[in-house]
Amino acid sequence: MDQTAVELAVASAHRDEWARVLGATMRITRDLDVAEECVQEAYAAALVTWVREGVPDNPGAWLTTAARRRAVDVLRRETTFRSKLPLLIESDGPDANGEVDEMTKNEGMAGGRGFEEVSAAVPDQRLRLIFMCSHPALNPEAQLALTLRLVCGMPTADIAQCLLVSPSTMSARLTRAKRKISLAQIRVEVPGEAELPARLHSVLSVIYLLFTSGHTAPSGDSLLRGELIDESIHLARLLRSLMPDEPEVAVLLALLLANDARRDARLGADGELIRLEEQDRTLWDAAAIGEAQQLVDFALPRAQPGRFVLQAAIALLYAQPLTFDDTEWSRILSLYDDLLLVWPSPVVALNRAVVVWKTSGPEMALREVLELEVRDRLARYHYLFSVKGQLLIELGRGQEATVAFRRAAELTSNEAERSFLNSRIAETPLA
Amino acid sequence: MAQYAIFLYAPITDDDVEAAPGQREEHEKYSEVMQESGAMVAAFALEDFSIATSLRGDVITDGPFLESKEVVLGLYVVDAPDLDAALVIARQNPIHHQGGGVEVRPVEGSWIRPL
Repeated sequence: MDQTAVELAVASAHRDEWARVLGATMRITRDLDVAEECVQEAYAAALVTWVREGVPDNPGAWLTTAARRRAVDVLRRETTFRSKLPLLIESDGPDANGEVDEMTKNEGMAGGRGFEEVSAAVPDQRLRLIFMCSHPALNPEAQLALTLRLVCGMPTADIAQCLLVSPSTMSARLTRAKRKISLAQIRVEVPGEAELPARLHSVLSVIYLLFTSGHTAPSGDSLLRGELIDESIHLARLLRSLMPDEPEVAVLLALLLANDARRDARLGADGELIRLEEQDRTLWDAAAIGEAQQLVDFALPRAQPGRFVLQAAIALLYAQPLTFDDTEWSRILSLYDDLLLVWPSPVVALNRAVVVWKTSGPEMALREVLELEVRDRLARYHYLFSVKGQLLIELGRGQEATVAFRRAAELTSNEAERSFLNSRIAETPLA
Repeated sequence: MAQYAIFLYAPITDDDVEAAPGQREEHEKYSEVMQESGAMVAAFALEDFSIATSLRGDVITDGPFLESKEVVLGLYVVDAPDLDAALVIARQNPIHHQGGGVEVRPVEGSWIRPL
């Protein structure tokens, strides 16, 4: 079979099946590093074998069987590269020993069978993996890195590059997180009903953080990082397929789609930032906006009026009008009022102030921004000074506006934002 | 006879720094001596601080409760007639020449599940 076609098939299986293959393999090894090693070897073997024998009908099944066989071998060889950490705890389903026996019995079997047995026994192994990675006893940075590594199968070096830390820092962060999972005995499981809402919120927060890190990269040369956005939407879709009745999950996916629909219009030809009012709305992804609306329609009657519902509703109010002037500012404002009640964050208050500009004029908005500057620890938040600068221009106070834009440019670590701010300084009349 | 808790503290080190060879053995030796003298009531060695999870109200965080340069490694409970006797025991702890130190506090009450 053609090498290129096989590489494509392996790449697509990597994207779609990694979490499933890893989850099933972990049940045998009960050790993350060993499981990862076996899964990596299975993907490497696929590159060779599939050229010879063709791509199997069910690549995920083939890979799972291959990885689990390797895992059984490793266990038999008595732990050549097995760490000395305690075994992972899985709460239900057949125990790992049972599965090892099963694998041993079926040793000669063809690809598919073992896989189906496993799928029937553990329908939600990917879900368990997702919940484990975002356990609140892990720090948020570790949650993000682990999710990318274990659920998305992203190589450590790529995660480091996406999140703008050195590969050795990222590798240490992952090692530490895995050690904590093992030593503190964080379970590989979907939490029970009592804990589910809080734990699900933690999962959704990881996906949202992943999205925002891609939507406006905290630092670096480009405004956005498409690969992080794509992974976050991929994860939200996966979660939606695994928890189809969960309104909060639908709402998160809606929020990501509605915001990301503007992706192509947010950057100019040279990667420069284009403001909402100047964006070419024909470049917005109408299908994504439509899907987001459907998801919100599904979720609204079912969801608690939490943070993500309100954010999604706001994102849709920005995304749907055909022109900037058609934006329904007063509806957006009242949603921001609700959002502040459930999520009293100064950043939300700042976004609300921008809407106040549209409903009550720049003077009122500036008053709110100045209050936030002194009151709410936003004195180092570049976006506050960017908003302040724009309001001051509106009020004909060019000199002060320039000072504000300079401060914003100093504070941002994102080059695209900085050059946008510098161009604002250049075009600000000083009178 | 009073009881004293002796907390062992050491500076925070990187996760991957292993204890210097022989350090652990020194602690085992020390603990054997205390068992033989009959002073030791209980002893707990803790996993390293980076494995800790802290709770403040509903908020769960990764890591030790206090942000500080030193962390608790473990604790002993010993029988001693008075503070000075407890300090004699505490002073012999090998942690002192391993870069750390101890805190000695009277035990107000205790319960250990019977074996």
